[in-house]
Amino acid sequence: MTGVARYTALKVGRALFVVWAAFTVTFVLLFVLPADPVDLLFDPAELNAIPPEVKEQVAANYGFNEPVILQYLNRLGHALTGDFGSSVQSGKPVTGAILEVLPSTLVLASAALVLATLIAFGIALAATATRRTWLRDLLESLPSGAVSVPVFLSGILVLQVFSFQLGWFPAFGDQGWRSLVLPLITLAIPVAGPIAQLLVRSFTTEFAAGYVTTGWAKGGTRGGIIVRDVLRNASLPALTIAGVTFGNLIAGSVITETVFARRGLGRMTQTAINTLDVPLVAGIVVLVAATFAVINLIVDLIYPLLDPRLRASLTAGVAP
Amino acid sequence: MTESLLEITDLAVDYRTGRRTWTPAVDGVSLHVDPGEFVSLVGESGSGKTTLIQGALGLLPVAARIRSGTVAYSGVDVTGFNDRRMALVRGTYVGFVPQDPNTSLNPVRRVGAQVQEAVPEKKREAALESLRLAGLEDVERVFRSYPHELSGGMKQRALIAIALAGQPKIIVADEPTSALDVTVQKRILDHLVSLRETLGIGILLVTHDLGVAQDRSDRILVMNKGRIVDEDHEYTRRLFAANPARQPAREPRPAGGRVVLRATGLTKEYGTLRALDGVDLAVREGTTHAVVGESGAGKSTLAGILAGFAKPGAGTVHVGDRELTGLNRKQLREVRRDLQYVFQNPFTSLDPRFTVRRLIAEPLRAYQLPAGDRVTELLAAVSLDESFLDRLPAQLSGGQRQRVAIARALALRPKILVLDEAVSALDVSVQDQILKLLTRLQDERGLSYVFVTHDLGVVRLVADDVTVMKDGAVVENGPAACVLRDPEHDYTRHLLDAIPGVKL
Amino acid sequence: MLSWAVVLLAVGWAVAPHLFTSYSPFAGDATASFAPPSADHWFGTDRLGRDLYARSVYGARTTLTATLLAVLIAFGAGAGVGLIAGFAGGVVDTAIMRVVDVFLAIPSLLLAMVLVSVLGYSTNNIALAVGVSSIASFARVMRSQVLTVVHQDYVRAAYGLGVSRLGVLARHVVPNSLSSVVALAALEVGAGVLAVASLGFLGYGAPPPQPEWGLLVAEGRDYVAVHPWASILPGLALATVVIATHRISTSLRRENR
Repeated sequence: MTGVARYTALKVGRALFVVWAAFTVTFVLLFVLPADPVDLLFDPAELNAIPPEVKEQVAANYGFNEPVILQYLNRLGHALTGDFGSSVQSGKPVTGAILEVLPSTLVLASAALVLATLIAFGIALAATATRRTWLRDLLESLPSGAVSVPVFLSGILVLQVFSFQLGWFPAFGDQGWRSLVLPLITLAIPVAGPIAQLLVRSFTTEFAAGYVTTGWAKGGTRGGIIVRDVLRNASLPALTIAGVTFGNLIAGSVITETVFARRGLGRMTQTAINTLDVPLVAGIVVLVAATFAVINLIVDLIYPLLDPRLRASLTAGVAP
Repeated sequence: MTESLLEITDLAVDYRTGRRTWTPAVDGVSLHVDPGEFVSLVGESGSGKTTLIQGALGLLPVAARIRSGTVAYSGVDVTGFNDRRMALVRGTYVGFVPQDPNTSLNPVRRVGAQVQEAVPEKKREAALESLRLAGLEDVERVFRSYPHELSGGMKQRALIAIALAGQPKIIVADEPTSALDVTVQKRILDHLVSLRETLGIGILLVTHDLGVAQDRSDRILVMNKGRIVDEDHEYTRRLFAANPARQPAREPRPAGGRVVLRATGLTKEYGTLRALDGVDLAVREGTTHAVVGESGAGKSTLAGILAGFAKPGAGTVHVGDRELTGLNRKQLREVRRDLQYVFQNPFTSLDPRFTVRRLIAEPLRAYQLPAGDRVTELLAAVSLDESFLDRLPAQLSGGQRQRVAIARALALRPKILVLDEAVSALDVSVQDQILKLLTRLQDERGLSYVFVTHDLGVVRLVADDVTVMKDGAVVENGPAACVLRDPEHDYTRHLLDAIPGVKL
Repeated sequence: MLSWAVVLLAVGWAVAPHLFTSYSPFAGDATASFAPPSADHWFGTDRLGRDLYARSVYGARTTLTATLLAVLIAFGAGAGVGLIAGFAGGVVDTAIMRVVDVFLAIPSLLLAMVLVSVLGYSTNNIALAVGVSSIASFARVMRSQVLTVVHQDYVRAAYGLGVSRLGVLARHVVPNSLSSVVALAALEVGAGVLAVASLGFLGYGAPPPQPEWGLLVAEGRDYVAVHPWASILPGLALATVVIATHRISTSLRRENR
């Protein structure tokens, strides 16, 4: 097998393993560990009032009476066909329920990602390009500020200033682009933080690299060197935290959607956990883990295309 | 009178070392380079030569400032120029060849694009011509290549092409060959000399290697502690004296003697790469056996196997009567009492959190031996006094660190030391001292050395026997005196020719 | 310096809250509900007229204890697992890292939410959940740090001198790896405060009368349009502590270099 094919097979294999293992972990957490998983299906306050026959019936419906391994194989088999059972609360199929709210979160998350990337690059480029030490210090302290302010606080601050004080944007709801602006800003800030931290560091490192000296010696200008030489070398490492960024987007949208009372996957996750809607929670966790695995897989596969050194070591058949 | 291409007058550069404190790095240096002249600036690390060059090119780091003095190119004073104006000078008046070709080209862009950028009209044809001028063949292929697809020597030529692209009047080269093998170094430097003749440009070569300077320069300037010192200054004389080429070869010792370390048919493979290919070696008791080769020769792999750090693919190593290969960890530990290893880089081989006392006592502790006076005794053996006991490696110079590493290696009273490029990271004058220390210790203690090096000039000073390696195989083997005087193999001859500073 | 002062003050709040405020965090004066910040009530009062500064001071204990517990779990288990993986190498390393991959694939907030829902709502369980869900990332950082140290010349040198594997691990690998991971632990304290407070904000923590930073923000949130200070001031106290831990972490990392 050629180096490229082996590399691809290895990475795809790893991604599949992660998804399968995430499914298994979720199964153990939600269906095996709880002493009586049936209890999780009911509202704790009413639990004692429910007659044993009803519990028995529900347990049978959910297959809790069967041996654990059979339950596992049964659920795994269904999951492979995209069937995660039905939501306890709404009775709707889990997959359908997720697909219903997914678009609204996707719009919010992808817009926030774009904005976050722009902010991060803006900070890193400006910090590298400036010759003023105080300005650079200020810019470099922004990212750690962005990751220090809790999302629920920045959400409330943004809400207070732009909605209640200035009245520029609506506070709640999900109608039209105007209601997207505030959640977008709220979500973009914590996502931009880690990206900007990494970029500032890698721009600083790369700007001290030998080829930059060569650039100066050629008669290059600061701007020219940053754009032609530093930018690409310094940007590549940002891809390595794509997974972390995705995690931040998910965590951020749970809180953002709660603060702004927006419909979406994040808020559905919160509701599902509050109401202990086990099948729905399981479906969401597996979906998120699968998306994470796919994102990392894509990064692993396109990285060699962007870095000629890695590409060469692959075609030479040496493990990177 | 013609105008100097580069004229530095009374230049002083300081580094910021505190809020308001500045420490001078260059202190009142004047020099000039005339058209067609080849001037070398020689200095050891910390002499300020790199800062001087950065000052001349306007590339000083933010923490540095020019306190006084002027820099002028062809009579134009550029001292106060900002980046924008300096950009017009760099490339067109002065070309720069950096130190490390491996990091000085942008790894993600093709070489051609990087050269083309430096050509005034950004024409492809001109870039190709520049590559040709730098002595590259098959320039079309080089133009399309990424840096990692080229050898170190080719990368350095590509950088020379970049320096030439703007048709400068003078080229400043900062240690342009210190990262390259000697044979490549010779070709690159010879090419620079020929450029001076064909193009009539001036060249300022900055180097730590006096031999390199002596072979080619019209004038040599020696720099020490931020100043240029003259020829009969005490430092200059010491520097010249420390040059290996100027020193007498080792007294030949009688042949024969018991073999204390023997390797037979060693091979080692990394993937498809054959790093070692059937290597034999025999080290006689109380002698120094040098292993010489350029990068990729397999000499470090060999040293690692001899010291038990790695296992060979095939072949055996015997220490005395005991076979080293195939020992388990515990047995290997016993053998280590007889065989110790000294690393190339004293800046990485000492744990930064250990004091000198702990460093030297570590092997004693590992074998439950009493440390006590033994540590001061060992320290004295490497000519360091007790005041060093409680210092950390960061508070020592490179030479002092290597002395500590040697003292540590001697703690268990071993019979054999494997010295892997143990003096290569040091300045010439320090290198000279360490070599003398090693010779003295050998005479006092009857040690046997495996002396791995890329520097044939040093081999002459210390070795009784020598093994020359190339591409993982032994090329030539024999008593050092014979091999150096009358090499049988072309490759050895080639290496000997490339030693800088011997044609005097 | 200022950062240390902020962190010390927060720790003071947690250890001896009564020294910093004379108000009770529970008893309120119903006639003085939603009083704006004043000399009497620095952070104002909430719906039940309870002093919000007192509630923030007492809330430090809940939030910081949970954070400390979480970081201890994450640091202890993560550093241990990472150390084993990096030092043992080979199959052990591969096996451990594949498992770590799986836990990294589930965002830690989501994992913590699921864990809390299984364990039951309480501050201790929040601590446990936040701790467990950050083990994987800690393990990964520790492993890469150990790998860097293991390949240093001075580690090879120690083997060469005849030091045993355990000796190398104890005297070289652990001290040199830990020094940079400790800076990360300081960073993790900040992240831990955020995670604990986020879960508290979502309502998975201590039941309402208990003061907890995230919960304080959540309680004030419903009245944010009219009485913004009720959620913003406790939130700012929280953010200030997190920023301070970040600055400390940065300065620790600078010293290590």
